[in-house]
Amino acid sequence: MTLGETDNQMRLLIIEDDRESADYLAKAFREVGHIADLAGDGEEGLSMADGGDYDVLVIDRMLPKRDGLSVIGTLRDKGNRTPALILSALGQVDDRIKGLRAGGDDYLPKPYAFAELLARVEVLSRRHGGPAEETIYRVGDLELDRLSHRVARGKEELTLQPREFRLLEYLMKHAGQVVTRTMLLENVWDYHFDPQTNVIDVHISRLRAKIDKGFERPLLHTIRGAGYMIRDGIR
Amino acid sequence: MTAFGKLIRTTAFRLTLVYLLLFALFAASLLGFFAWNTRRMITEQITTTVNAELEDLTSLFNRRGLRGVSFAIENRALRPGANLYLLVTPAGQAVAGNVGALPPGTMAGSGWLETAYQRLEEQDKAPHRALVRISELSNGFRLLIGRDLDERRRIFGIVAKAAQWSMLVVIVLGLAAGVFVGRRVLRRIDAMTGTTRRIMEGDLSERLPVGRSGDELDRLADNLNLMLERIEALMSGLKEVSDNIAHDLKTPLTRLRNRAEEALAMSRDEADYRAALERTIEESDGLIRTFNALLMIARAESGQGGAAEDFDAADVANGIYELYEPLAEDSGLALRVEATPASLHGNRELVSQALANLVENAIKYGKPAQAVPDATPPSILIEARRQGNLVLLSVTDHGSGIPEADRKRATERFVRLEASRTQPGSGLGLSLASAVAKLHRGELRLDDAAPGLRATLAFPALSGEGLGEQSSQPETHPA
Repeated sequence: MTLGETDNQMRLLIIEDDRESADYLAKAFREVGHIADLAGDGEEGLSMADGGDYDVLVIDRMLPKRDGLSVIGTLRDKGNRTPALILSALGQVDDRIKGLRAGGDDYLPKPYAFAELLARVEVLSRRHGGPAEETIYRVGDLELDRLSHRVARGKEELTLQPREFRLLEYLMKHAGQVVTRTMLLENVWDYHFDPQTNVIDVHISRLRAKIDKGFERPLLHTIRGAGYMIRDGIR
Repeated sequence: MTAFGKLIRTTAFRLTLVYLLLFALFAASLLGFFAWNTRRMITEQITTTVNAELEDLTSLFNRRGLRGVSFAIENRALRPGANLYLLVTPAGQAVAGNVGALPPGTMAGSGWLETAYQRLEEQDKAPHRALVRISELSNGFRLLIGRDLDERRRIFGIVAKAAQWSMLVVIVLGLAAGVFVGRRVLRRIDAMTGTTRRIMEGDLSERLPVGRSGDELDRLADNLNLMLERIEALMSGLKEVSDNIAHDLKTPLTRLRNRAEEALAMSRDEADYRAALERTIEESDGLIRTFNALLMIARAESGQGGAAEDFDAADVANGIYELYEPLAEDSGLALRVEATPASLHGNRELVSQALANLVENAIKYGKPAQAVPDATPPSILIEARRQGNLVLLSVTDHGSGIPEADRKRATERFVRLEASRTQPGSGLGLSLASAVAKLHRGELRLDDAAPGLRATLAFPALSGEGLGEQSSQPETHPA
């Protein structure tokens, strides 16, 4: 399993004024099988987003003619709920909060790894068109009941710590999608800083020891250079 | 600008001039009032005396006739300091008295008037002035009684002279005082200006001269000196940072460049290129992390802490414990937590990150210097508690610790003590923790845990008044 494969194709709109970054992003998204359109400034981006049927918008925060936050705000005012990911050179917690308040769904500070952006965009897209929140998540023979906090693999009950449960819950909610370490730290632990150590990997290997150890088919996979994914088998 | 021009432009000198003017006006009005009243009193006194004498002489005339009056007049005129008397016939012939000459026609009038005259015995001298009353006796004779006005003039002259002198003295003294004060102030201001000019030219170690009087200029100089100290500290901090950035970012950048160059020159197959590129990405990720940490420290040090809220230090300790416990165990260390509720106000995210940095350090360096063949793994203890009006968040390890002499240096940016050179890291962990502590008006303390290191973040506790000037708007972090 590498980064090159995808099941559901997405239509993306990239609003970014730096031509080189925009072309790089469009090329990278197309290489993994998505459709990517480009807009070079805020006004153009707004009219394209308003008219086109996109799965996710990738919006640079600082744009000519119209600021990225204002593009999102205007779309939201018009009732357009297309998920939007904000790219910004401003990476502090406050900037993040401002971006999310303006109607953004995720916020990624520059510079970023493409794998991180791709993982986040795919998660956003699933949220947009995907199934409603289910009570029971299933991946292969692994089952997680969100109400009773029960986890079982096949017929065997698994005992998880509360944090391990939340980690597994997040991974299973996005089953089949790459989830990065930063996404886990943000969504499971609610920290937005960047640890200097491999602290998330250790949590994952503990979880893996509980859900995969002793079973024939591993479900929790490490995606090299990107993060982790829970999925039934390798296709 | 000339020295005189500078002097008369000083506030002190201008104030002196204003006071001088006010004082002169006051003195003039006082003396004027005095002079005017004196004159009035003298006139009144003359009027009373003349009226009494006129009444006296008129009744004498009625009883004794012309002879009696003439006799009395001659008699009175001889007294020392006598009033003025003149009795004339209806034709204007002088009969008795001590007045020699009068302006023609004076005796034809009647009532009060001021007139020039000469005494009988002083005909050759300049005429004096007198206030006189002229009245007609029943037989057509006319009688003049009056008083010389010399006294009045003399007193008036004294007052005028006093006024002149006092004005002169006031003006001279005032100007002298103005010049003195002005020059004194000017000298000090000039000294300050000279110093500030030298400071502006780049010599930040200069300080303004401070006198011992504790006056307003001294207080100003004192405060400016404090400001200069702060600026100097910031500037030297900045210089140190740029030096360190130059050193610590250039080293990995050079490594990055060398690696790329080497890959271009030496790689034979795709696998070589791939490996080189992967290392390049890793290296640049490290650079980005270092850069982010630097930005964050700079922000915290300049007082930008982001959104502030009230939170429990125990929650922070438990959260970080939970995040790092597996990592510590993998590293052969036992992470423990002892937390009692202790509220504080600030940015929870930054405080969490500061504590995380301390824990990461403890995990990196917390192993004992010599491996003890003991069954229990060395422990790291995270504590959160309130002590007096402080909230303490501390991490205690039992590693080799930091020698006392190095502790202060350890919190500086990029300082990686000799013992830690072999471990990966940006060398920014402790400086970030220290910057976060300072942002919250607290401090980072490094103590000997004998053996090991206890790193403590001490914050002011939340007790009614928190970090007042920080934004107290509650913030929730969207997940």
